[in-house]
Amino acid sequence: MSIIAEHGQLLLILACLFGFFMAWGVGANDVANAMGTSVGAKALTIKQAILIAMLFEFCGAYLAGGEVTQTIRKGILDPAYVADSPELLVYGMLSALLAAGTWLLVASLMGWPVSTTHSIVGALVGFAAVGIDVDAVAWGKVGQIVASWVVSPVLAGTISFGLFISAQSLILRAEKPFEAAKRYIPYYLFLVGFMISMVTMVKGLKHIGLGLTFGQSLMYAAVAGLIITFIGNLFLRRIKDEPDPTGHSRFASVERVFAVLMVFTACAMAFAHGSNDVANAIGPVAAVVSVIQSGGEIAAKAALPWWVLLLGAGGIVFGLATYGFKVIATVGTKITELTPSRGFAAELGAASTVVLASATGLPISTTHTLVGAVLGVGLARGIAALNLRVIRNIFMSWIVTLPAGAGLAIIFFFIFKATLG
Amino acid sequence: MPLNKLNNLFGKSPFEPIQEHIKKAEACAIALQPFINAVIDKDWQGAETAQQQIVKLEHEADLIKKQIRLNLPSNLFLPVPRSDLLELISMQDRIANCAKDIAGLMLGRRMEIPASLVDDMRSYVDLAIATSSQAKKAIEELDELLETGFRGHEVKLVEKMIEELDRLEYEADQLQVTIRAELYGIERDLPPVDAMFLYKIIELIGELSDKSQKVGSRLQIIIAR
Repeated sequence: MSIIAEHGQLLLILACLFGFFMAWGVGANDVANAMGTSVGAKALTIKQAILIAMLFEFCGAYLAGGEVTQTIRKGILDPAYVADSPELLVYGMLSALLAAGTWLLVASLMGWPVSTTHSIVGALVGFAAVGIDVDAVAWGKVGQIVASWVVSPVLAGTISFGLFISAQSLILRAEKPFEAAKRYIPYYLFLVGFMISMVTMVKGLKHIGLGLTFGQSLMYAAVAGLIITFIGNLFLRRIKDEPDPTGHSRFASVERVFAVLMVFTACAMAFAHGSNDVANAIGPVAAVVSVIQSGGEIAAKAALPWWVLLLGAGGIVFGLATYGFKVIATVGTKITELTPSRGFAAELGAASTVVLASATGLPISTTHTLVGAVLGVGLARGIAALNLRVIRNIFMSWIVTLPAGAGLAIIFFFIFKATLG
Repeated sequence: MPLNKLNNLFGKSPFEPIQEHIKKAEACAIALQPFINAVIDKDWQGAETAQQQIVKLEHEADLIKKQIRLNLPSNLFLPVPRSDLLELISMQDRIANCAKDIAGLMLGRRMEIPASLVDDMRSYVDLAIATSSQAKKAIEELDELLETGFRGHEVKLVEKMIEELDRLEYEADQLQVTIRAELYGIERDLPPVDAMFLYKIIELIGELSDKSQKVGSRLQIIIAR
């Protein structure tokens, strides 16, 4: 108890620093996967992608990031076990942040495919099981989270498969694909606006004081969908059916219509990414903040301070501005196989899944979800060649990152405990 | 960097290089025209230049073929069966090989085409070139087929192209029968070995059309699934 009173300020500052660093890492690295698809499809320039990412990552983090933050904060570790020694929770959260940050840095330097989500969850489970008590881990919740890592790519793949099949049969296989595209794309635009705002409103907006009923959400989501459709139509109207200057493909104009749609799915993707991944960085900070602000009490019901989400969102934007733009450019030039008619399906499938997971409070990997979504499009015979080795990489990422995050967190935990008492 | 996950997801598309390859194969066939003209004019210098050109193009086609095969590992997930693509590329390659064989044999034996056959031989070679061009035209639709997921309106377009390819090959067949009959009529006046090899060349030129048609058949199998 005395430690909290004595070093409260220091611990708080440390937590914010570590959290901001994690969020910076997410912005610098992970965002590229979310935005790179749109840049690669030439639906967005890099500048536009950065602006969209900054705005919508922030909105996603702030408006829909609350549930996952709560899970990280108190869903994995049962607070009852540390009620008598709240400083252990603080050390644990700090070491989890430090462990995940260190591991991500190492993995980045070595070129290993790892996920922020997996590092943080591994770190939390590690310090809770070893540093506190094996039973302190809410194994049921952890099982749910791990299951969601399998389910999320599959779900995203299924959605994008369905979306792409529908786009194929309605537009691409039509006798006049350009006219068909102009006719049907507005419906997809509506779907983007509706899906994302619906999921957000049903679950995510409680913390900013908007407790909407299901019916109200339905109505507002429909309005959001209509607004998106209206804005999209302004862009659509400007696209004319001109033959490709290189004369290479007869579908060039059709793809330009899809590119309008992809601008909006890119926004959805950035929103989804912000809503889930910001929690990884900010959940532990929130836990530390609530312990320290309540003077050492582990209040299970404390509200999430709004500025913590802002800290995470700010970190992501800062990461984007300092380093992320370079990474987006790299990813964008590499992913050129994904044309807008494919990219929109993959992005919408992934974004819907991630937003759904965020609303349910499940921390998942946005990148893995996106991989699942792209594979879904591939299954609908949409992509020239997909490298299935990536699936093995995903499994490797789970197998390697969880123990690594856990191990590092345990080490840091005991260091904190030894130095601070 | 961890972002490599998403980059690595996309393998190298085989469809672009397959289209590159058929262009080379067609170029081999087209190069037969100056070659045959030189042979008919008994300009052996010119014939050799033309033959060298064909050999060079055939070699380039071979290199593309090898690259495609190397870039099609079995863990690649493709919208069409891998084996069908490998078959297709083999067929395309035979167009180039066939053109090289024709030029090689005619130059090597300094074959002279009997004056009464010259006109028909010219149209016969032109037809063989036309079939290979039609095969190229159909293969160049692979981009669009991929775009539509190998179904719908685009498939109908390609099927029409394949029908036209079949028609051209049939025409070449008919002309082959005519030329053979004409050769049979004059074969007694020719040195026997020359006559034999003329039959052989007629067969090879027919094969060029035949291989082009086979490319179409392979494409048909790919879009029929």
